[in-house]
Formats: sequence, structure tokens, C-alpha cells
Amino acid sequence: MPRFRQTSDILKLMTKKQDIRDIGIIAHIDHGKTTMTDSLLAEAGLLSPKIAGEARALDYLEEEQKRGITIKTANISLLHEIENKPYVVNLIDTPGHVDFTGKVTRALRAIDGVVVVVDAVEEVMVQTETVTRQALEERVRPVLFINKVDRLIRELKLSSDQVQSKLLRIIRDFNNLIDLYGEPEYKDQWRVDPAKGTVAFGSALHRWGFTVDIAQQKGIKFSDVVEAYHKEQWQELQKTIPLHQAILDMVVKNLPNPIDAQKYRVPQIWKGEPDSEIGQAMLNCDDNGPTVICFTSAQMDPHAGLVATGRIFSGTIQEGDQIYLVGAKKEYRVQQVSMYMGAFREVVNRLVAGNIAALLGLDLARAGETLINMSHRDAMIPFERIKYVSEPVITIAVEPKHPKDLPRLVDIMHRLAIEDPNLVTTINKETGEYLLSGMGELHLEIAVKFLKDYGGGLEILTSRPIVVYRESITGQGVVAMGKSPNKHNKFWIQAEPLEGKLIEMIEKGEIMEEMGRKKIGTVLYKEAGWPAHEARNVWALEEHKNMLVDMAKGIQYLREARDMIIAGFRWAAQAGPLCEEPMRGVKVKLMDVQLHEDPVHRGPAQVMPATRRAFLGSFLTAGPVLLEPVYKIGVSVPHQWVGEVTSIITRKRGRIAASEQKGSITMINGYIPVSETFGLSAEMRSATSGHAFWQSQFDHWEKVPESIALTVIEEIRKRRGLPPEIPKPSKFIDEA
Amino acid sequence: MGELVFVGLGLYNEKDISLRGLEEIRKADAVFAEFYTSLMPGLSFQKLERLARKKITVVSRKILEEEDGKPISDEAKKGKVAFLVPGDPLIATTHVDLRIRAERQGIKTRVIHGSSIVSAVMGLSGLQNYKYGRSVTIPFPKEGFTYETPYRVIMENRTMGLHTLCYLDIKAEEQRYMTIKEGLQSLLDVEKQKRRHVITPSTLVLGVARAGSDDPTVKAGYVGDITNHDFGPPPHILVFPAKLHFMEAEALITLAGAPEQIREIVK
Ligand SMILES: Nc1nc2c(ncn2[C@@H]2O[C@H](COP(=O)(O)OP(=O)(O)OP(=O)(O)O)[C@@H](O)[C@H]2O)c(=O)[nH]1
Ligand SMILES: [Mg+2]
Repeated sequence: MPRFRQTSDILKLMTKKQDIRDIGIIAHIDHGKTTMTDSLLAEAGLLSPKIAGEARALDYLEEEQKRGITIKTANISLLHEIENKPYVVNLIDTPGHVDFTGKVTRALRAIDGVVVVVDAVEEVMVQTETVTRQALEERVRPVLFINKVDRLIRELKLSSDQVQSKLLRIIRDFNNLIDLYGEPEYKDQWRVDPAKGTVAFGSALHRWGFTVDIAQQKGIKFSDVVEAYHKEQWQELQKTIPLHQAILDMVVKNLPNPIDAQKYRVPQIWKGEPDSEIGQAMLNCDDNGPTVICFTSAQMDPHAGLVATGRIFSGTIQEGDQIYLVGAKKEYRVQQVSMYMGAFREVVNRLVAGNIAALLGLDLARAGETLINMSHRDAMIPFERIKYVSEPVITIAVEPKHPKDLPRLVDIMHRLAIEDPNLVTTINKETGEYLLSGMGELHLEIAVKFLKDYGGGLEILTSRPIVVYRESITGQGVVAMGKSPNKHNKFWIQAEPLEGKLIEMIEKGEIMEEMGRKKIGTVLYKEAGWPAHEARNVWALEEHKNMLVDMAKGIQYLREARDMIIAGFRWAAQAGPLCEEPMRGVKVKLMDVQLHEDPVHRGPAQVMPATRRAFLGSFLTAGPVLLEPVYKIGVSVPHQWVGEVTSIITRKRGRIAASEQKGSITMINGYIPVSETFGLSAEMRSATSGHAFWQSQFDHWEKVPESIALTVIEEIRKRRGLPPEIPKPSKFIDEA
Repeated sequence: MGELVFVGLGLYNEKDISLRGLEEIRKADAVFAEFYTSLMPGLSFQKLERLARKKITVVSRKILEEEDGKPISDEAKKGKVAFLVPGDPLIATTHVDLRIRAERQGIKTRVIHGSSIVSAVMGLSGLQNYKYGRSVTIPFPKEGFTYETPYRVIMENRTMGLHTLCYLDIKAEEQRYMTIKEGLQSLLDVEKQKRRHVITPSTLVLGVARAGSDDPTVKAGYVGDITNHDFGPPPHILVFPAKLHFMEAEALITLAGAPEQIREIVK
């Protein structure tokens, strides 16, 4: 039963860092994270008496209950005693559906360990791999829970030996992931092993589970479990080997406390000087050090306003503190500090390093933001950017049914954009376009549902989903000249493709605009082999992996025009000349500039359009191509339908990369263009009588085949109200 | 082929146009005007049309710059067109491109001059034409960015003993006209970063408001005082004098209320 404690007692517990664990639950969709977490909450939830009466399960959103999947992340705190010693487990339940992996990524920043849940029937799946890899990249240590063992016995009717060999295979596959993605220093130590207590087996639904340790203590063998099911006495298992004990024992004994964890995690997620005052405080999780928090989520509460949740890496946080947000460059006063108890927020006076805090009053705090106390603001280097594995590749247009609701829609779109950094909202008042771009159809479906709910039943019309494309180039363009509207300024620009290796480095976050010009220069020179004069002069790195390099020498007044040139570059990169889709992977070289003497004759209204014209002009002479997003698709289907599935995928311009047999099921992995996936569900269902289960996730960008590129471009141009013809370079390139 | 005549409107109101300019307008087949480069505070558009005895089409910056003044050159290919511009039409560089383009298309062009802010300021202040260096515009500041050019131009001119005429930015579309106070503030902001003692509270400066009108304000003094002087409504303009000729000093004292001590900087 949930424990009731006075808040003051709990706060005392939270200052004993050796006894805290900050962990998360991650898994492939439907493998049982929420069911497991719910049972932990029911048995070990930490509640103050005030809110105990209202306690309820974790998937409390109506949408989650209806669909039976988790959409958000939920924070809870649990109390667990081992040999009469209390431990606090701060736990985050995450969604398993690929469309929401961004939320997993953010949660990982706040935690030091994870319980990876694997369905014993389905075994290790695509998403198990993705989330485990993400955890390892953040240096978050995993333990394994193999769930749904009841199904092996009741549905698959496996014998005790067969059960055990299947479980061993899962453990082996899982350790292969650790080998593959773990860092050399950690992977040996982090491999899971039933003998070491880092693997638990059980059934979240039936609320039993054990580790080898527990089994020995209680004298239970696999055959006893099988037996219990055969005799329909599995309820007994709940009493002899309760799930929460197995999981929480495993967590407390094997996953690190914040003091131990921060020693090796901080260097991975924060690139500041370890020997500095701030560095030392974080490495030691020091309550007396400067206050440092990394936020992992921002939620709009209808009553409280923005609730920013994050991990305290050093110092303490208290109501009334003057703090500084490094990314937003803004000072704030903390209006309220709260912690999670059970599934609720409870206001507290003060929280110390190593815990997870929810703060009110910081309007501009977003997931990934760094907080520092005022007196250290100038010394703080922000945390490493949170890197997402996926990109938003599908867009829908929304509009209110009644035009008068437009301001409300815009308001709510802003709110959604704050809460979900993976959802891109575009509001273009001029063209009246209101767009939502997301990871997949489900992501957008949920977003629209939220729009309606947040709007109190706001009626919304949505377009069919459309794919997001990119424009890129295949060769070097001419040095194109663009004149400013007043004709008194000239810009010469040349576009060429950015090397594939470099795009990868940008995607991995090895090169980021925030690093500053000098550091970018060093990386480009040393690791990408750029000549020094180019490497040193990167002016801008745009979100869609386009780069602006200054090659012009000794130009008077260029410093004053620089920001405007960068703005013109970004403007052009956001909407390419083929069909106004964003550009990708273009290196833009500013070759020469002539500027008017007087600053008002070379203001933004002059410099921006001229830069853009020259850029677009050169782009069009550089072998422009359209890129489309391609999903990685994984289908699991019984053998007799493999042929059908294969032919659907290939017919839709996809390709099969591998297929593997797992018992009576075949796992097919392949690639398929996103544009071909609308309506795929229905087709799969009818071709396999509903026996295929599949997941798809953005994988990469690929050139649209020439045979259809023009048609696609034309369609997009038509949708945007552009003339059907792609403009000629001469439309943008000016004559001397 | 037709003809394009640039007609200067002068400084203050519709009556500042020259008689020749007025004749050109009345003979023209089409008349265009722009009002985004300067503010003519006393101008009444209705009165101007009445004087012109015809409709005048006002063209925006967008039409002149982004569309290369197409409506004007289209008309000028067919007949005689007058294009009205505040001040003297080609003093600021804005319209020279239109003229060059017209000539290249075979359209003959002529210029009927009007009085210019440049000559008006020289006249009102007594600071001699022979002694000006480059002029410069002080732009409206952008957030997080300061333009250094005006500061540098003043500095460079001064080392050569030359005065600097500073135009103040206007955003006609938004009806924003920079005031003397704002212009000085912008320069003081640069001073804070550069610390070259180019603009200090004790730097001599001349402010002129509404040159060409019946009630211009002309006031010389130190930056600290001029910042707080009430110059009244726009347009405003600034001059930073360098070394003074004795006649210039006397003129500033007598005509612009400059403090007597400025005689000391006479060379
Ligand atoms: N038979 C059986 N079913 C289980 C077990 N654990 C979970 N389930 C069922 O599996 C389904 C998915 O469970 P959830 O807990 O929602 O899974 P999840 O991992 O949280 O799913 P997402 O958050 O959407 O990724 C539900 O129908 C559960 O009842 C188990 O141990 N045995
Ligand atoms: Mg769930």
C-alpha cells in the first residue's frame, strides 16, 4: 500500500543522497511499462496524507486510457525499504510509441538509471534498441525486467525449460545492445546478469516478479511459477514474490545514487571545466555549491502557468531565489518549488541537489534549458543540447471552424509548442497557414486532440497529412550576384553541397552553432579537413544543416552588415526556390560584397533580400534536387503472410533490408518513403487479416526519384499558391 | 519614347516647388511622387494636386525598389512623366538608379532642382560649405546591435578638421522620425563601447529642426545641454562642427545661441 508520510519526513529523506535513486522506465511500445509502474505506485507510492485520497493510475489523460498507450512522461516518487532502511526512488514513466521518443530523450537527462522492460513474447524490438541506445549515450545505467512471463506459460504453453531458454535469449540480445552502443569504460560493468541481480522476471499484470536473489531467499524455482499457473493459483505469487519488491530491490541495489552517478555523468552531459567551482559542485552533487538545474520538461498548467521540471545537479533551490536561465538569457525569481509525491506535485520550501524539482514562475524555461543562481550567471556553460533521434516529417494544416476562434487557436498552438519540443508549429498570419509538424501520424493526431481539449472543445478543421520535404544540391553553383532593392549594395554568393560526413557530425551535435566560431573552426579544420581560412570563418549554422561561410576579404562595413547577411541566409534556407521547402546540407560561401557608404542605405531591408537572391540564384545552378524522408519500418508477422508484407513494402517504393525468424513470427526490417505510408495500416490489415504488427520511425533523407520529382514539386507549388514553373536562376541573379 | 523629369519639391510645403518645376508638372502626362525619403512637415497633398491641376500617384519604397519603379518607367516610355521628390531630387543616392535605368531604356531624363536640407543647414548655421567632410545617417538602433559607422565618420572627419552632417533616420511608413535626442543617445551608446572621446557631454554640436519652415529651431551647444533642449516637432538634423573659422564661431554664437567660450576653438 502507498506509504503516508509527513512532508517533513520525506524532505529529510531527500537530503540523504546515498538513499536516493533517480530512474526511468523505458521500453518498446506495449511491453508493460505503465502497468509495472502502476503496480509500484500502488504498493510503494510515496504520498502525503493530503493527496492520498485522490490517487489514481499514471495514464490519467483520457486519451491515454482510451488508446491504452502512454503519451506523456509522468514523474512519481516511491518509498522502498530494504532491511528497514528507507530509500526514495524518483521515477519517470515514459511512452513507448516511436512518435514520442523525444520525451524519452528528455527524461534521460534527469535520471541516472533505467529499468528496461522487455515483453517475453515479443522479445527485444526496434524501440527497445532505440531507447537503450539513447540511455547509454547519456551514460544512464540499465537494468532489465522481462515482463509478461505469464503469457509464455498460458498462451504459448511453454515448459519451464523452454521458458528459461527464451529468457536467456532475451538477456543475450539485450547484452548485445549494450556491447554495441555502450562506451568501452562502462559496457563490461553494465552488462546485465541474473546472477548479479540486474535482471528480474515477472508479470506486471499479475503483479509478481523476482530476481535470482529473491528466488533463492524464498526458495522459488521457475517450475513453481509454471506450476502456479497450471493450477490457476498465480494469485499466490503476488503474495510470495510481489513485483514491487523485485523491481525496487533491483533498482536500489544496482542503480547508482546521484553522488556516484554525477561523477561520471556530468562530464558526458556538460562540457564546462571540471575543475571550476561549478564543475566541482556538480561532480560532487554538492548542496553547498552554486544552484544548477537542467530542465527536462515544461508543462502549461491552467492554474499555475508554466511548470518547469528538472534535475538539480548542485546546490539547493528555494522559493524566492533569484536565478538566471542561460539559454533564454533571462533573470527570474522562483515563485514556487515543488516535488513529486506519488503522481502529484507537493509544494515544498526547498530541495537539494540530486532531486527532481518542479518550479513555477519561469516563463521561458524549456526542456533542455540550464538554470544557474544569479551570482554565477557569467560563469555558467549550458548543458549539452538534447539530441533527438527523430525529425518531424509529417505536417497537417489546422484552422478553426469559426474564424473568431483564431486567436484562441494561435494561443494553444504556442502552448503545445512549449510543451512538446518535437512538435513544430508554424503560424503564418500573412498566408493564413497554421501548420503542425510531427514525427508521425499518431503524434499529430494526439496534438490535434490536445488542441481541441485545451481549447475547451474548440472546433478545428484539419487537412490531410502531408510530407515535409527538403531541397538540396548535387554540385557547385555559379558565383551569383544579388543586388539590394535600392541597387546600392551587391553580394556574391556560391552554393555547394556540404560533405555527407559533416552533415553527420552536425546531426550528432559534434558541431553546433552554440560552440562559437573558434571552436567550430577547430573541429572543421582538424576533423573535417577544411582549409583554415574557410574553417575559421563560419558565420552561421542553420537548423536544417546549412552553413554560411564568409570568404570575402577586407570589406569595409561588413561587420555592420553581418547579422543582416546571416538573417538573409536563414530566410533563404527556410524556403528553397524549388517549392519553398527548407534546404538541407548546403554550404553557402559569401565570396564578395560591395556596400553603400551610409548605414541606412545598407539596412536589413536592403541586405537581407539581396543575400537571399544571390543564394537562391546560385542554388538553382547547383543541380538542385528534392529530398524526401524515409522511414525505417519493422514488421512482425506470422510466416504465412511474409510474402504479402514484402510485396506491399516493395510496391510502395520501399526495400527490405533483413528478415529474421523468431519462433512462429518473422521480423521484417526495411525502409519506406514516408509519403507512401498514408493508408498503409489499412492495406497491411487487409493483406494479413490483421496479423501484422509494425512500427515505423524516421531514418534518413533520400533523393526523390527523378521520374516523380517534378510532379511532387508541382503539387507542392500548387498547394502553396506558387506559379507551377520552378523559377529560372535569372530570376534571382542580377546583372552587373 | 517619352521623358522623365525629376522635380525637387523643396523643404517645407507645396509652395517650395520652383516655378519651372510647377510648369513641368502641369505639362506632364503623368505625375508620380514619393514621400518616404524625407518629411515635408507643411505639405498638403490636396493643395499640391490643386497646384499641379492633376492627379498625383504616390509610389512606395516597395514599388521603387523591389519593382524597380516600373509604373514610372512604363509611363515614361509613352509620354512625359514628372516624378516629384522632397528636397533636391538626387542629393541622397536613392533615386539615381531609376535615372540610370531610364536612360539605358532610351528615356530622356532631366532634373529640376529644389532646395536641399544640405544647403539649408549650412545657411542657417553659418558653418561653411568648404569645411564639411562625409555626411552620414544615424540609423534607428536595432536590439542588441549598435551601428558604429556614424561614430567613426565623425571621428575621421574631425581629425581632418571637417564638420559632419548627420541625417537622422526616418521610417515614413511607421511615421517615425528620429529626434536629436535619440540621435545623440545612439552616439553616446557607441561611445560607451569605444571610449575614443568622440562624443562626450562637452562635445560641441548643432541641432536644426524644421529647416525651411517659418519657425526653424537652430541651437548649438554642448551635447549634455543639447540632449535636453526642446527642438519641437520633426524633422531634425545634427551637425558636429570640427575646428571653427572665426566667422563660423561668431555665426554659431549669434545665430544658434552657442556659448561664448566656443571662440576658444577657433584656429
Ligand atoms: N499478459 C500480460 N499482459 C500485460 C503484462 N503487462 C502489461 N500487459 C498488457 O500489455 C498492454 C500494454 O501495457 P502498458 O503498461 O500500457 O504498456 P506500456 O509499455 O506502458 O505502453 P506504452 O506506454 O504505450 O509504450 C496492456 O494491455 C497491459 O494490460 C503482463 O505482465 N502480462
Ligand atoms: Mg505506458
